[in-house]
Amino acid sequence: MNGADTVGVQTLTREVVVANSQGLHARPADMLAREARKWQSRIELVGEAQRVDGKSILDVLTLAAEAGTRLVVEATGPDAREALEAIGGLFERKFNEHGTEQAS
Amino acid sequence: MLKLQGIAVSPGVTIGEALVLDSEGFRIPRRFVERSAVDTELARLAHAIGETAREMERNRDAIRAELGEQYAAIFEAHLAMLHDEKLQRELQTAVRDRNWWPEYAVSRTLRRYAKVFQSLDNHISQRAHDIYDIEKSLLRNLLGQRRETLAAISQPVIVLAHNLTPSETATLDRRFVKGFATELGGPGSHTAIVAEGLEIPAVVGVGPFLADVSGGEPVILDGNQGLVILQPDEETIARYRQELEAAQTVAAQLKEIRDLPAETTDGVRIQLTGNIEFPSEAEQCLARGCDGIGLYRTEFLYLASRTEPTEDDHYAAYAEVVQAMAGRPVVIRTLDLGADKMHARLNIEEERNPCLGLRSIRLSLRQLPMFRTQLRAILRASALGDVRVMFPLISTIVELRQARMVLADVMEDLAEHGIAFNRKMPVGMMVETPAAVMMLDIFIKEVDFVSIGTNDLIQYTLAVDRGNKDVADLYNACDPAVLRLLRRSLDVAREAGVPANVCGQMSGSVMFTQLLLGLGLRQLSVPPSAIPEVKQVCRSVSVAECRLIAEKALAMDGAREVKAYLRDQLRRRLAQAVA
Repeated sequence: MNGADTVGVQTLTREVVVANSQGLHARPADMLAREARKWQSRIELVGEAQRVDGKSILDVLTLAAEAGTRLVVEATGPDAREALEAIGGLFERKFNEHGTEQAS
Repeated sequence: MLKLQGIAVSPGVTIGEALVLDSEGFRIPRRFVERSAVDTELARLAHAIGETAREMERNRDAIRAELGEQYAAIFEAHLAMLHDEKLQRELQTAVRDRNWWPEYAVSRTLRRYAKVFQSLDNHISQRAHDIYDIEKSLLRNLLGQRRETLAAISQPVIVLAHNLTPSETATLDRRFVKGFATELGGPGSHTAIVAEGLEIPAVVGVGPFLADVSGGEPVILDGNQGLVILQPDEETIARYRQELEAAQTVAAQLKEIRDLPAETTDGVRIQLTGNIEFPSEAEQCLARGCDGIGLYRTEFLYLASRTEPTEDDHYAAYAEVVQAMAGRPVVIRTLDLGADKMHARLNIEEERNPCLGLRSIRLSLRQLPMFRTQLRAILRASALGDVRVMFPLISTIVELRQARMVLADVMEDLAEHGIAFNRKMPVGMMVETPAAVMMLDIFIKEVDFVSIGTNDLIQYTLAVDRGNKDVADLYNACDPAVLRLLRRSLDVAREAGVPANVCGQMSGSVMFTQLLLGLGLRQLSVPPSAIPEVKQVCRSVSVAECRLIAEKALAMDGAREVKAYLRDQLRRRLAQAVA
């Protein structure tokens, strides 16, 4: 995925807010990384002071993003648009905060 | 570079590679994989990751069935972290490109993540525990049955540990340990005594620091200042190298006085003997010019193996020391351990307060077969030289009499079997409880010598657990209460004409030499490393001056004042000696 595409590589960004009350703790970080790995594009999360690999739960955890934190999701690759859509959706649904995973 | 302050318990400076012992005792040295073995090692790593994942899945399923989905999520998160692609990549790169041993790669990489999490100031920092859990599972699967022990060290290292247990220190290969640093512990703790015995620097009570260091990293241990320096910079290393060289020069100078007697300037001869743990230390004492062994601690015979030592095990160790001493006195102390260290073996219930529990002579008197075995060996060794036996922690006359009765009984037994021993072997007791001091005028009539064990005496007098870092500062040899007990003990012994000795850390510290001589002490038993220094101080003072110093110190109100005064007096003495 690392710059393998020579044409049509685009970087798209989307601003998100961590809205679930516990912040990006282990479970949401896991969901996020899983979702990110479904896409071919490189996914990065940009916080105030750092940029991390969205496909790595360990990296996402190091953001220590609490409820209310604003982040920018950056996707680079052929399916960037779809990836952003899916990841943005996770944030909007507050990572299904109250258990009950919805079948998608 | 990270400088950590702990408690200095054994002097000296050393620079070396770290060997990290975590709470499970894993030691992960920096080790490399040969290029040709990289694929095998990668496969081993992959296998361990697979095994660890399966364990986590099993745990997850079990917890899910028992407690529900919410609790199982923890293991789900562990699994996700374990399978993290970035982590996997990093581990593989470490093995393939840097040729790190997989164990080392796991430890280094995961600890780096744990450290990042720990530095976060919100609830995510708790994830560090998860990372340590993953590290432990991986290491367990990598090491399998080959889990390494301290006994298998094969190159010089500085041992960094949470807390060293007596059995760990007893089994480690002493040739390769250059120093100790532990998170727990205080002055007088087990690590401190062992380090002093081995003459290697040690720092204890450092507080949590093991997460900040990995095996194989360079570490500086400053046993003089109580510092542990992780990831030292070039400048610091250079400065410590210089210090090391200077210390070697001083050691060479002290060697010159080896064959001179410990005699004061006004002609009073001081008996300077060594405290030892291991038979091999007898040679160290001789090399420094000692007058004998004033305290031979025998606990290591019991701790070094899982089974109780046989009479021959005891005898072999004692004989080695007695023969090395060639006619000089050797004081062998009977078992001075708490039941807390031995309950697994003796089937004794766990105690709430081991320091005040079944230990030392109390334990020996309850475990007569074990006690008799040791006494038989001591008596047999008494045929080889000037052996004396000493009972620890005597606090009532009944204990002393019982111990003597057992001894007499064992003597009869040996005589019946025609086994040689010294029927007149001197019998002594340790004075290490306030009760023993108060009753010493009675006890002294039934012993041939006494030895004041200052470590325990201070602990029991001041009611301080010297291993508890929160109160360790109250453990102070300069406390006037301690000085008064010392004075009384030495006065009683002198009046009765019974030789008295002081062992324990106080006698090995030159700060107290003048005070002790001033109180009338004529025998000092010190760690081998302290022999030259203490001898030098003895040779540069007069008893008359020491008396004045003791009088003055005993008139003081508090430990701080006494300490400042004794320090100052020592400084003056050394300044004169140099001039």
